[in-house]
Amino acid sequence: MEKLKKIQFTKFYKKMNFLSLVLISLSLFILIFKGLNLGVDFKGGTLIEARTESTAISISDIRQSLLKMDLGDVTVKKFGKESDYLIKIEINNTNDTNFIKSLNNKLSSDLGSIINFRRVENVGPKVSGELLKAGLLAITFSLAAMLFYIWIRFEWQFSLGAIIALIHDVIITIGIFSILSFEINLSIVAAILTIVGYSMNDTVVIFDRIRENLKKYTTIPISEISNISTNETLSRTLITSITTLLALFSIFIFGGAILKGFSFAMIVGVIVGTYSSIFVATPILNYTNVNSKSVLKEEQEDKENF
Amino acid sequence: MLYFSKIKLFVIYFLIATLSLFSVANFIDNDDNFILSKKVNLGLDLQGGSYLLLEVDSKPIINQNLQQKLLKFRKYLQERNIEYQNLKIINSSIRFLIKEKDIETFEEFFLNKDNLINTYYDQYRSYEMDYSITNLNVIIEYTKFGLVELKKSTLSQSLEIVRKRIDEVGTNEPTIIQRGNNRILIELPGLKDPSRIKNLLGKTANLSFRLVSENETTFGSELLYFENNQDQLYISKRILLSGDNLINAKPALDNQTNQSVVNFTLDRVGSKKFGKATTKNVGRRLAIILDNKIISAPVIREPILGGSGQISGDFTFQSATDLSVLLKSGALPAPLTIVEERSVGPDLGEDSIKAGAISLAIGFFLVILFMLYKYRFLGIIADLALITNLLLLIGILTILEATLTLPGIAGIILTVGMAVDANVLIFERIKEELKIEKSTINAFDVGYKKAQSAVLDANVTTLISAVILFFLGSGPVKGFAVTLGIGIITTLFSAYFFARHLSSIYAMIKKDKQVIL
Repeated sequence: MEKLKKIQFTKFYKKMNFLSLVLISLSLFILIFKGLNLGVDFKGGTLIEARTESTAISISDIRQSLLKMDLGDVTVKKFGKESDYLIKIEINNTNDTNFIKSLNNKLSSDLGSIINFRRVENVGPKVSGELLKAGLLAITFSLAAMLFYIWIRFEWQFSLGAIIALIHDVIITIGIFSILSFEINLSIVAAILTIVGYSMNDTVVIFDRIRENLKKYTTIPISEISNISTNETLSRTLITSITTLLALFSIFIFGGAILKGFSFAMIVGVIVGTYSSIFVATPILNYTNVNSKSVLKEEQEDKENF
Repeated sequence: MLYFSKIKLFVIYFLIATLSLFSVANFIDNDDNFILSKKVNLGLDLQGGSYLLLEVDSKPIINQNLQQKLLKFRKYLQERNIEYQNLKIINSSIRFLIKEKDIETFEEFFLNKDNLINTYYDQYRSYEMDYSITNLNVIIEYTKFGLVELKKSTLSQSLEIVRKRIDEVGTNEPTIIQRGNNRILIELPGLKDPSRIKNLLGKTANLSFRLVSENETTFGSELLYFENNQDQLYISKRILLSGDNLINAKPALDNQTNQSVVNFTLDRVGSKKFGKATTKNVGRRLAIILDNKIISAPVIREPILGGSGQISGDFTFQSATDLSVLLKSGALPAPLTIVEERSVGPDLGEDSIKAGAISLAIGFFLVILFMLYKYRFLGIIADLALITNLLLLIGILTILEATLTLPGIAGIILTVGMAVDANVLIFERIKEELKIEKSTINAFDVGYKKAQSAVLDANVTTLISAVILFFLGSGPVKGFAVTLGIGIITTLFSAYFFARHLSSIYAMIKKDKQVIL
């Protein structure tokens, strides 16, 4: 890591900020025009993870068979192993207590093979609306809580930098989900909240060092302080990202099909979050001209208040 | 930072030992030991089972209760010789016309805290119902609190009956709890196909015995379907006997026809009513009606006086059993609708546990190797802290008897990846200090001190996310929040107490030698 100490991060700020702006605009553009692939948790409907006994059945067989039953929009795709499928049906029919059973019977007899429904999720429109609301509320709430925390611990410039970095991370992660048409469900919301926590964690460590160095070297300008501090914490930033990514890739590869979306979102989030701590949050301190005086002054006020 | 008092050390290692014991006890079969028999609960997504969310539809209840209130009002108005006109229910309110002279009497009665029709709730300082009079038009409506109370009692009655029905079916340790003010949450571990339970809960189970009308022109009769939705009969609206009088019901096999039937027993009032009705109507057909569908309509051959009877129909033994369950548990006060259902088969749960365990093992192994590679000897300390952390985390989950879900396992793996961060922050700091500080002990001491604020800040942010997720998340996601949150606390503990102690020993040993990190 010794060689890395000399990186002039400030030199890249302009280029990286431009890149971020492009990524965010692209994400927003796609979000607006393509939208998100909301899962049954948030849209309502029926989700079935099915395993067929015979391997001779194809996706289109299942699809054709389901389309005959007049169930609205139907999607079928492979899920994990061979002969495992994920079926998504637009209607939820929670009132018909025999809906799932009759669906299974019809499908089994139509395809001439026993179909095992390994997992069924059936969400009515009222509940999905509430879950969506709760999810959005949770994300908003966590952003607000982070803002509040950082505002108590640091000066306002730091809050601004941190919160812009967080919004940057969330928008880009969701944007990537929109581009790839990956499904957004409850676990993705959990991933986004964790990303918010992680990205904040990463940013705070650099900020902590910047504040410390501002107090130590009162004559050095903030741009140089950012450079020194980012370099000093770089090795930690990278090591923690690597161990976290090791854990996440292990979930992504070995954790089964259900955790794929969650771990993918987290992997994207950790990478984007690490990047944003260095190239989004820290530059904002430069632009808002944080200096030793303001930090020391605030410190003084804090002491007097106690 | 490197000094530990004896008491502190004792507490630290005692905690670690106890929690490790609890976490190891999870994997040993020891149900006899009442302390160590605690185990982490597996969520429905890991052990398989069904989750149902039911909503009580309180609309019909409001009208039903207004109907009863209306009868009481009519009786009261007649008793007091208050003249009224057009007494009826419109838009969930009781309305009638009153004479000027009677207004005072009416108001006095209505606002009397001890009156029997309009209850006064002390806790809310509010009446059950409120009235307004404009141009002699009286409008009586439920107050906000009246509705709250009505919904509350409907929900608690429904909860009771749902519990009875599920208990009758005999599933394994069901969870049945109230959710919000109009929902019931049911968790049925191990149950893969909830259709039977859904069928049982989907029926209100209003039972009535009514006579079959002789012909369609008979006054006060209605056309009802049989259960097969094809045949129809004209049935008198007058209820001879309702399910309220039924005290027991059992499925049985009829000796003569070898068909499944349901035997029922009536209470004393019911027996009397039923005896009288059957005596008077020998030779006529008696329809047995459940939720407005005719089950059967046998001819009354002789008076039934013993207070017990038999319902025959087109039953299988299963459907006869289900009908007895419904009859025994009583009618729901309001229809229930299923608004959310999630079921996981036990085989998928097993697969998930396997996948979770494998990815945890691999992730753990990779992180441990990486730390050894990065920090050599201090890596061992970090790795020991990581192992301790995992034991503490599982130990706490065990003591709390928390529910472990698949996302919860992901939370544990993620904790493994992120937990080393605290030690990385500290070691990196020590490394920096070693460059300027001659004394190894001082470098370690200052390193720990200086890293503290960053470690704390960094972990608080993740903890905030976990707490928000815990309160706003649902089901399996809550499990993730629990493991992530507890993981942060155990991480701080293992880094700042356990690893710091090991580091202090290491620093003492190396105090005169050069340490390279």
